[in-house]
Amino acid sequence: MADLHLTIDNSTDAERAAVDGVLSPDARVVIHESERLVRGGMTRKNDRRHLLLPALHALQADIGWISAGGLNYISDVLQVPPAEAYGVATFYELFRTEDPGHSDSTVHVCMDTSCHIADAEAFAQALEADGQRVHRGPCLGQCERAPAQFVQGRGAPDSVPADADNIASPGAFQSIQRAAGDAGGLRLLANIGVVDPTSLASYRAHGGYAALEKALSMGGQAVIDEVRSAGLTGRGGAGFPTAIKWQGVADEHGRPKHVIANADESEPGTFKDRTLMENDPFALIEGLTIAGVSVGAENGWIYIRGEYPLSTARLTNAIEQARTAGLLGDDVMGSGQRFDIELRRGAGAYICGEETALMESIEGFRGEPRNKPPFPSTHGLFGEPTVVNNPETLLNATYIVLNSAAAYRFVGTEKSPGTRLFCLSGHVANPGVYEVPQGTTLGEMIEIAGGSTGTTKAILMGGAAGSFIDAGQLDMPLTGEDTRERGTTLGSGVVTLFDDTVDFTSLLTRITEFFKSESCGQCVPCRVGTKRQHEVIVEMGIRGSLAAERNTLIDDMALAMADASICGLGHTAAGAVQSAIRLGLIGSAS
Amino acid sequence: MFGAGGGTASYKEIEEVDVVLLWGSNAREAHPIFFHHLLKGLKNGAKMFAVDPRRTSSSKFADAWLGLDVGTDIALANAVAREIIHAGLVNEAFIAHSTDGYETYKASVQSYTLEYAEEITGVPATAIKEMAHAYATAEKAQILWTLGITEHHNAVDNVLSLCNLALLTGHVGKWGSGLVPLRGQNNVQGGGDMGALPNKFPGFQDITNAEHREKFEAVYGAKLNPEDGIHLTLMFEAMGRGELTAAFVLGENPADSEADIDHARKLLSGLDCLVVQDIFMTRTAELADVVFPASVAWAESDGTVTSSERRVQRTRPAVTPPGEARHDIDIMHELGQRMGVDLGTTEPEALWDELRSLSPMHGGMSYERLEAEGGLQWPCPDLDHPGSPFLHGWLWEDDLGGRAPSPFSVVDHDGPNEKLTDEFPLRLTTGRSLDSFNTGVQSNGFESPIRYGEELDINPADGVSLNIVDGERVSVSSPRGTVEMNVRFQPDIPVGLTFTTYHFPALVDINKLTNDAWDKRSGTSEFKAASIRVEKISASRHEQQRQGVPHG
Repeated sequence: MADLHLTIDNSTDAERAAVDGVLSPDARVVIHESERLVRGGMTRKNDRRHLLLPALHALQADIGWISAGGLNYISDVLQVPPAEAYGVATFYELFRTEDPGHSDSTVHVCMDTSCHIADAEAFAQALEADGQRVHRGPCLGQCERAPAQFVQGRGAPDSVPADADNIASPGAFQSIQRAAGDAGGLRLLANIGVVDPTSLASYRAHGGYAALEKALSMGGQAVIDEVRSAGLTGRGGAGFPTAIKWQGVADEHGRPKHVIANADESEPGTFKDRTLMENDPFALIEGLTIAGVSVGAENGWIYIRGEYPLSTARLTNAIEQARTAGLLGDDVMGSGQRFDIELRRGAGAYICGEETALMESIEGFRGEPRNKPPFPSTHGLFGEPTVVNNPETLLNATYIVLNSAAAYRFVGTEKSPGTRLFCLSGHVANPGVYEVPQGTTLGEMIEIAGGSTGTTKAILMGGAAGSFIDAGQLDMPLTGEDTRERGTTLGSGVVTLFDDTVDFTSLLTRITEFFKSESCGQCVPCRVGTKRQHEVIVEMGIRGSLAAERNTLIDDMALAMADASICGLGHTAAGAVQSAIRLGLIGSAS
Repeated sequence: MFGAGGGTASYKEIEEVDVVLLWGSNAREAHPIFFHHLLKGLKNGAKMFAVDPRRTSSSKFADAWLGLDVGTDIALANAVAREIIHAGLVNEAFIAHSTDGYETYKASVQSYTLEYAEEITGVPATAIKEMAHAYATAEKAQILWTLGITEHHNAVDNVLSLCNLALLTGHVGKWGSGLVPLRGQNNVQGGGDMGALPNKFPGFQDITNAEHREKFEAVYGAKLNPEDGIHLTLMFEAMGRGELTAAFVLGENPADSEADIDHARKLLSGLDCLVVQDIFMTRTAELADVVFPASVAWAESDGTVTSSERRVQRTRPAVTPPGEARHDIDIMHELGQRMGVDLGTTEPEALWDELRSLSPMHGGMSYERLEAEGGLQWPCPDLDHPGSPFLHGWLWEDDLGGRAPSPFSVVDHDGPNEKLTDEFPLRLTTGRSLDSFNTGVQSNGFESPIRYGEELDINPADGVSLNIVDGERVSVSSPRGTVEMNVRFQPDIPVGLTFTTYHFPALVDINKLTNDAWDKRSGTSEFKAASIRVEKISASRHEQQRQGVPHG
């Protein structure tokens, strides 16, 4: 507000045009209505802060970087202190605050787990030799086609070269995915390769929006009760009962409410939500709408990874079609209920997959997790009651509404009913997304995916935040409770295979580097611990072995991070390292 | 109107308010501590309208800034009142029960239509309407004002026009609502409370009331003058007539702060005897026959101060006063001794207890309680009384606490005393900046990274038509005098208006320009509205040479 002190750096016409392109005239906090009437104020300012991230995206996309002058312009329009705006801009992997010195697109190459063992470094070097501008970065969510790349356009849309086939023939695109078991076949993946993801008519022709119609006729409480009977749990990694979240928000009254689809899957090894959103976007729109109308929320949000251009395009198209058809808006399907969806792009930050960090990111702040309690069901987005669900969870809820809780429970185990998506990658014959009943064993799962391509040395469960197990665990049923019992995790359904050719020291060096750069820095144990952990592994690589006191240091830091970090990143950042040491994958002199 | 001399609400209430009218106050800079409380209110969702000729830094925190012409506050307030009445938003029960003279008042504001007010004030009618509705329909609303209201020739009328709005809507005498004049120093309130007024004893007890007088006479052991005294502005007039020939000035710097300063300095210099008691060697002290160096009240003295919210707080010495500086009480006591009178104890607590016995509103404020309870807000008549967060709760009592209903006041628009003319076509208004204090006595002794000195803020469009550039040194004249100063182009100041502070009288004697027309009821001069002319120095010098007038 009044205390803004902008530097003398001025914006260019191009920068102002880029920002004005995404911000309406009313987005300006201060409006000079006449020489004697100026509007502004704290409320206008607070109400517009959430436009900061889209404005930064606009500068990055059109100009190729975010200059001090451009940042000043945004700060002036939104009345955000420039230091805070800079803090936000520098938080994200996809934003540059230094002049790149060229006007080319940037090719991001994933350096994490599956891509690491697919020799991403050689791939990056080859691109560089070809004259490309390469940025080596974290997981791009394309583990089935490692090594992965993502092209950050400049004045042109972002793109993923591997999406070309899908874009060319949207209705007939087949990603690698299968269902195991007999009962009912595919539920979550049923539309893929069947329904044209760019066409609402095609989606409806295959039964789309029957669930929303049914949900509206059942009423919100009946929907929540059905989801509760089904025993649906969250598929984002934490496995929290979905109905409890929904009921909590449904019971809040008198304030605006929100439902958010957390499509910021960033866990290395995870690409299931991308597969769903690229190939069946209407299903996510329908699922989120069901959640919204059932808990009485009028505001839907999809927070999607910045590295998913095809998903973003397909969802944007789907939202527009749904709105035109009256499936979103002031009167959803003629029910009199109001619900609409806003799509927000992240900009490359692993931590923004944490639900409260995600909210901070939408609100225009650095994506730093909040302390809990209070929980999002009472104090979520903008401090208002909020449901946050993973896309896979929402698709399951749609299935439950349409087919009943009993049908949902028909497959799976007593404690973990239903099916689940798994992301297989690494040294496996047919990497891809698979839908299997919960309780399918790990060995069966790998067989469905064509088996290992070599002699499996270790399997990373749950991604970088999960842990390694060895091939002796192939009989493990894939449920939350069974994996927990064996000291590992299901997480977001990541199963990455590593054969005996893998240099685990190199792999773990990369995993620890990942956490070091992705820790938001808010909690000291995590900020320092992830860095020290990386240093220990680097040192181990140089010395050839892990000294006993260094092993103790790893364990001590793991304890401190788990005890004194406020979010899951700190809690799990040591899991992969500790399990690798335990299994003898790293640290031994040989 | 309510028989009071203080803000009716406490700081805590502004944090919970729904609508704020910040009227003629740049609290962001002039009252930064209070503004912190206001910011909490804004953060909690309060809507603020800033009414000010300038788009001040405070106005930039407002939901809407209404830039009225200098001295048109009454026209705006009356239009707000008319709109509230016509929209049926008055608090009828409150008016019937607690006020007097509504019908007359209602008739008096009839002519103040939104269109008429827009014409007079320059503020768009839609904004006036919006402010009227927001104020009237809020659950808790406050009007805050400062010198933008009171430094006018019709200061009291200005204040009354705002009080009328509170009576119309019932926004007074209850938690969260109120009328709050902000006080410029940590103890301005205390000064008035303690009787530093020409017509009041401590606790706002009338000097002319025999019963009050006898009470004080009994304790002081002396006969007291039964006649009201005169205030500062009348004192200067009395000096001019030669009736007032000696002055004892305590903690005031009139040789820099008075309007039409050349005239004021001449009067002070002509006194038979001038005694100044101050913590610094001010320009007034330089004119004095005797100077008493005093200790600083804040860190060198034992005693109490009273804040804008009527909260009496203890202060204690942290450092020893330098040199010969002494506690104000010691100086008074010693002066008494030399005059052959023993004024009794010099112990601050004993003197405070004497005050408590004489001023009912302070009766319950023992040092022990002030310490234990973090200060107390008057009225606090006895030791069991918790103090009063807000005033005038009686307005809401069934029997009005036995008092008469509060009267509406009929006031009419009467613009600045000094009209703009072809010779003096620009309006000059004065004020304060964040890092300086009044005439600079207390603030110019230290460096500030954001101080820009004394400059004349002017709209760039006026600058262009005057053929001057940003930063140029110009000649500024009013009907009373001429000064030279630099201009600063300020897009936030409307065309036709100029502004400067008067923190640096040694650099620019701005009060050579200001108008000493004053309000007979408040004694305050119209610092906020003079008419001036701005000229290029080369041109004006050339002109003077041509006319044979020596420059100087």
